[in-house]
Amino acid sequence: MALLEVQGLEAQYGWTKVLHGLAFTVEEGGITTILGANGAGKTTALRAVCGMVRTRGEVRFEGRSIAGRATEDLVRLGIAHVPEGRGTFVNLTVEENLRLGAYGRRGAGSGEDLGRVYQYFPVLAERRRQLAGALSGGEQQMLAVARGLMARPRLLLLDEPSLGLAPLVVREIFRIVRTINREQRVSVLLVEQNAAIALRLADHAYLMETGRMVMSGTAADLREHDTVRRVYLGY
Amino acid sequence: MDILLQQIVSGLATGGIYGSVALALVMIYQATDVVNYAQGEMAMFSTYLAWTLLNAGLPYWVAFGATLVISFVGGLLIERIVIRPVEGAPVLTIVIVCIGLLVILNSIAGWIYSYIQKPFPSPFPSRPIQIGNIYFGAHDLGALGVTLVVLAGLYVFFRFTTLGLAMRAAAQNPVSSRLCGIRVGWMLAIGWGLAALVGAVAGMMVAPVVFLDPNMMAGILIYAFASATLGGFTSPGGAVLGGLIVGVIENLAGTYVHFIGTELKLTVALALILVVLLVRPSGLFGRAAIHRV
Amino acid sequence: MPLRTLRLGVTLLAVVVALALPFTLSNFRLFQFTQVFIYAISLLGLNILTGYNGQISLGHGAFYAVGAYTTAIMLDKWNVPYGWTIPVAGLLCLVAGFLFGIPALRLEGLYLALATFALALAVPQILKYFENWTGGSQGIVLSKPTAPWGLRVNPDQWLYFLTLAVLLLLFVLATNLLAGRTGRAIVAIRDNPIAAQAMGVNTALYKSLTFGVSAGYVGVAGALSALAVAYVAPDAFNVFLSITFLTGIVIGGLASIWGAIFGALFIQFIPNWAQDIAKAAPWAIYGIFLIGFMYAMPRGIAGAIRLLTARAWRPRAEPSGAAPGSPR
Repeated sequence: MALLEVQGLEAQYGWTKVLHGLAFTVEEGGITTILGANGAGKTTALRAVCGMVRTRGEVRFEGRSIAGRATEDLVRLGIAHVPEGRGTFVNLTVEENLRLGAYGRRGAGSGEDLGRVYQYFPVLAERRRQLAGALSGGEQQMLAVARGLMARPRLLLLDEPSLGLAPLVVREIFRIVRTINREQRVSVLLVEQNAAIALRLADHAYLMETGRMVMSGTAADLREHDTVRRVYLGY
Repeated sequence: MDILLQQIVSGLATGGIYGSVALALVMIYQATDVVNYAQGEMAMFSTYLAWTLLNAGLPYWVAFGATLVISFVGGLLIERIVIRPVEGAPVLTIVIVCIGLLVILNSIAGWIYSYIQKPFPSPFPSRPIQIGNIYFGAHDLGALGVTLVVLAGLYVFFRFTTLGLAMRAAAQNPVSSRLCGIRVGWMLAIGWGLAALVGAVAGMMVAPVVFLDPNMMAGILIYAFASATLGGFTSPGGAVLGGLIVGVIENLAGTYVHFIGTELKLTVALALILVVLLVRPSGLFGRAAIHRV
Repeated sequence: MPLRTLRLGVTLLAVVVALALPFTLSNFRLFQFTQVFIYAISLLGLNILTGYNGQISLGHGAFYAVGAYTTAIMLDKWNVPYGWTIPVAGLLCLVAGFLFGIPALRLEGLYLALATFALALAVPQILKYFENWTGGSQGIVLSKPTAPWGLRVNPDQWLYFLTLAVLLLLFVLATNLLAGRTGRAIVAIRDNPIAAQAMGVNTALYKSLTFGVSAGYVGVAGALSALAVAYVAPDAFNVFLSITFLTGIVIGGLASIWGAIFGALFIQFIPNWAQDIAKAAPWAIYGIFLIGFMYAMPRGIAGAIRLLTARAWRPRAEPSGAAPGSPR
């Protein structure tokens, strides 16, 4: 059974419809990516799943429908969303940011969660008492992912994590994401503009264009596909 | 020298009250970008509630505590019931709602309790306290003490508790807070509750001095604005400090500068506001607003 | 029928009704409506500054006071014919507003509101201080002007017509001002000052000028109110007046010329109504009205009308019947 199943997803901003009957799934334990150019609607798709945009359609998580649930409920359900632009609390310290990640999850043990997160992201451990706003872009992205991890999610939603970051930094972050995926059994839904790096990380891939799903398959398939290579990979 | 010290302590006592109301204003402003013009009237209403409880025979500190609890709940309910319907509206719309609230509270207080001034008891002895060679008003010291305790409590709450952290987060970044599972609406409501609680303390500490009447907080609200302006509307600590400074300046100016009688004291507060705004709008401790292009 | 024609038609109808009123209403009612026109002029002035230009002022009562006292002093001390006092008051306030607008350039939003609030608070005290000119707390008593040219209308009717004429003139002026380049520049400054500046708009000049024009309007209103009430006293110009003006423009509708009329009707009649409903606590009812209006029409009466007419006049678009959603 797929961890996340989306069918016939529609969303609009005001009078403009931006998603037209989207369908995709995220398999348990896998890394799925949704690719597409700017404005394709990828971020909107994530926000629709999270209840941040008014939508129509079916969204099922672990078999139960979550369409229309409030955003605040997500963490409790086991979904962590790392938003576009990081969304870090810039006036709070790194450690406070992380503690907030665990807020929505009932149950204690936040101390060992911190320990685990600091192991994956040592640079955050060094800067635990610094204000998040003082961190570099790459460090803030790590902080955002780490904050998501603190919720002990079953599904991690990553919205354009590579935006504005140097390639080396992006590779490092993606390496850590893969490790987390394997070791912690956290499934990942990655929305990305940078097709090359996303296809190297993911198992399955979808391609969106102007609010519609135009292609789907394994990452390897899409990597080899002619149009994808020409338009999105550049060779 | 003795008189100077006395006046400073007295100024600090009133300054603590200004600072408390200023803190309440800043707390709500930080979370919502709205100045709650009804803050003073809410404090006044809480004080009348305390008066009712005291008249019913409750011992002072019991009535005090009960009033704090009722005020907290009241502030919370006001946010959930009155403010929530306009939460996403333009700022000026919410301002008008606050003004409406101000007017309603003032009017109802006048209706229930009449506009005749009433005395309000102080829990502190009326004999002055001697420290060294100087005599200090017991109420001054007591009020200052109570105010500082409440403010310290708030500080600890916001800095060291999870709920306090969640409230700070919700005020700074509601969207990310939701993603962390924080119920932003309720954080706002609790913020209003705490602001009302702080206001109630201020009201109960000032009522013995100025006597209880529906318009008692109007002047204090203006001084609170001056305090928050001086300290910085973006800094809770600054607001409190600003209040203490304003209290001391007001008292010293009233005592030592002869043409400033009670009439012109208000003008001193206003002049202070204007000077601060001209020289350094963000206040002593506030952060200048950074506009991202 | 195109929206524009409908609007024009309604406006003309309103003017015709307004012209007919003095012959059907009692003197007291006429006085109330004269006051509505005066408030409307004031609200229009404040709206130009706050609604269209985004500068929040809690101190326009000060300019109202300047206008009123200018008229009072000119009539009382120098026997100037009342007709001249009105433009003089307006001009004086225009200059004063412009000058105030210069230091105000450094202040925004909350801070400008605070500064103007402090100004409003200071006004009664300043007025009482300069006793020799202002008559101190007692104020100055004036006599109501009578109709010129032997017209057979009583003073109340004459003042009504005079005020209405000034109102119409100032309304037309404002409409022209705001419809053209100047208006667009003013609104651009409100919405995105940096972009406006980048496009070559001299934001500093426009902001100060807007302050001046806005103050000028309020000054004229003040002058007219001195004539209508035939009395000026410091306590009438307290901070509550400024707050009433702000209330008026928000209830009436920001950035709307008609909003000034709706707002003026509200601030003139609702307090009376509230008194009729509950003599014991009339202001409580007023407060409930305020809050209720904001719940029902967060963008003011004019805003609500705009919304309704937009829905009715919107060209039939997608037949999909999709319900409009909005991003959170």
